[in-house]
Amino acid sequence: MEFLSAIIAGISLGSIYALIALGYTMVYGIAKMLNFAHGDVIMVGAFMMFIALTKMGLHPILCIIFGTVICTILGVVIEKLAYKPLRKATSLAVLITAIGVSYFLQNSAQLIFGAGSKTFTSLFGSGNISLFDGQIIISHNTIVTICVSVIIMIGLTLFINKTKTGRAMLAVSEDKGAAQLMGINVNKTISITFAIGSALAAIAGALLCSSYPILSPTTGAMPGIKAFTAAVLGGIGSIPGAMIGGILLGVIENISKVYISTQLSDAIVFGILIIILLVKPTGILGKKMNEKV
Amino acid sequence: MFKQKKSIAKATKNNFITYGILAVMFAGSLIWLESGAMPRQFTKLLVPLCTYSIAAVSLNLVVGVLGDLSLGHAGFMCIGAYSSAVFTNIFADVITNDLLRFFIALLVGGIFAAVFGFLICIPVLRLKGDYLAIVTLAFGEIIKNIFNIVYLGIDKSGLKIAINSSKYTEIMSADGKTIINGAMGITGTSRDSTFIIAFVILFITVAVSLNLINSRTGRAVMAVRDDRIAAQTIGINIPKYKLLVFTIASFFAGLAGVLYAHNLNSFSAGAFDYNASILILVYVVLGGIGNIRGSFIAAIILYALPEILRSVGEYRMLFYAILLIVMMIVNNNDTIIDMRKKLVAKLKKNKHKTTANEGGDI
Repeated sequence: MEFLSAIIAGISLGSIYALIALGYTMVYGIAKMLNFAHGDVIMVGAFMMFIALTKMGLHPILCIIFGTVICTILGVVIEKLAYKPLRKATSLAVLITAIGVSYFLQNSAQLIFGAGSKTFTSLFGSGNISLFDGQIIISHNTIVTICVSVIIMIGLTLFINKTKTGRAMLAVSEDKGAAQLMGINVNKTISITFAIGSALAAIAGALLCSSYPILSPTTGAMPGIKAFTAAVLGGIGSIPGAMIGGILLGVIENISKVYISTQLSDAIVFGILIIILLVKPTGILGKKMNEKV
Repeated sequence: MFKQKKSIAKATKNNFITYGILAVMFAGSLIWLESGAMPRQFTKLLVPLCTYSIAAVSLNLVVGVLGDLSLGHAGFMCIGAYSSAVFTNIFADVITNDLLRFFIALLVGGIFAAVFGFLICIPVLRLKGDYLAIVTLAFGEIIKNIFNIVYLGIDKSGLKIAINSSKYTEIMSADGKTIINGAMGITGTSRDSTFIIAFVILFITVAVSLNLINSRTGRAVMAVRDDRIAAQTIGINIPKYKLLVFTIASFFAGLAGVLYAHNLNSFSAGAFDYNASILILVYVVLGGIGNIRGSFIAAIILYALPEILRSVGEYRMLFYAILLIVMMIVNNNDTIIDMRKKLVAKLKKNKHKTTANEGGDI
């Protein structure tokens, strides 16, 4: 029973990673860049919701909408100002710019909100549900997290595969030049990708801070790195890969926290990542890269 | 034949410029330091500047010369720092000559880092691109995590090691000396890093890197970077060269770690997280990928920049971030590069005009 609750908590954590990893993987697939500032968008989203809840006293649902809208705009603005001028530059140059954006967001947050950490009140209430005569206790947060993530993942899969915009995104990630020849507005598609990715990050921020209620300017950094790991684990650029990678990572992390050691859980997660990549060098669902001579 | 000779001469000239810059910087800072006019905030910076320059130059061997993105370079610094600090703490009473002990500590740190670099590189050989980057990041985090939980002490019956504090206090006798105290790190390492030693090591790192690049080995490595398949076809042993460069780079990163450890009263593994690795990568990229001279110049400027920006107080890191973004865009955007070239051409033209008109006295 303890094992079961560890797995449920792991799935909950993993679905948060999966939501963040989706942003990483979509941006990577389309713009071929590692957006290291993605983790900090989570933090911005969480701060916005925190302000909306404590200072403006909005309803939790409105708080989430508020944070998501701000993050969506932020994502598009970052893309236009910092990444768009570097469309033709080397991937390393874009990577460093993303790191610059990450520093910028963290330090702006520190100047505006202070370096100290704040206690985030859960947006979904603090109740518990107990099953099997109290042998398994699941908090509301866990349930909401899993439900929201599942809905978003299904919605996103439908959006990408069924709508015109979604298929344009797939086309751009496949071949930018050919997509442009087919009449797809590449710049607009990239902006939409950033918008979706940042919106997902904001929602992930709400879920993350509701379950782990400490909010500081560096809150987003570690989940960001873990989600990046999850995206690579699943095969970067692959959307189902990001979902599988995220959930797998969360479950592994939580099980090693419960059964082995809290301090070593990160090392175990990264160790398993290395082992998986050694067996499958392009991740679980990654495409095999064919080399042309 | 003739052309090749000329290009070699150019490389030599280029190297001498690099050594010249290093010598001037060294002499300048030494004179400034000895004259006593250097503000305290700068004297504090001298060893860290050398440390990060060494780290940047060695990372440039991996990123620029070998062409593999590594995000775990600080991990090797961590290994160098811990192994050498443990050595220094154990032998503090045995080897009383500070210089000799520090020299051995440098070797210990460098060799440990090199061995780990070699071992880590073996599984990494199969991977490419971003997958390789994430694996190096993962190794860096694992190294940090493991050092964070280790407790190591020495008492009459020898070395004691444990992975949690309760077990450690159980096996350790009360009069023993604790060396690694879990997440608190290592305290009380003899502060043997001096500016001169640090600079000599920087000089050696630069000299080894430049000689490596201009050697037969270096050319083979760069051939692998430019076209892996073509290099393989002409019989270059890719794993061998990758292992070689990775090991050398780890060795020097280890030396940087030794300098770091012996410059502070206490340090912990938390200082070597992925942020530190990324910071070093920023130096490499801004200095110019594959450009050894650029690496240490960028490291020095960017490391000192937040100190210089102290006058703008709490906004300094914000300035730093904006500067980073702007510099990347200015250096990499085609339109801006074109504009810059035109501007330079225009300025040159104007200069010619004025020299012609006024007789050359500007």
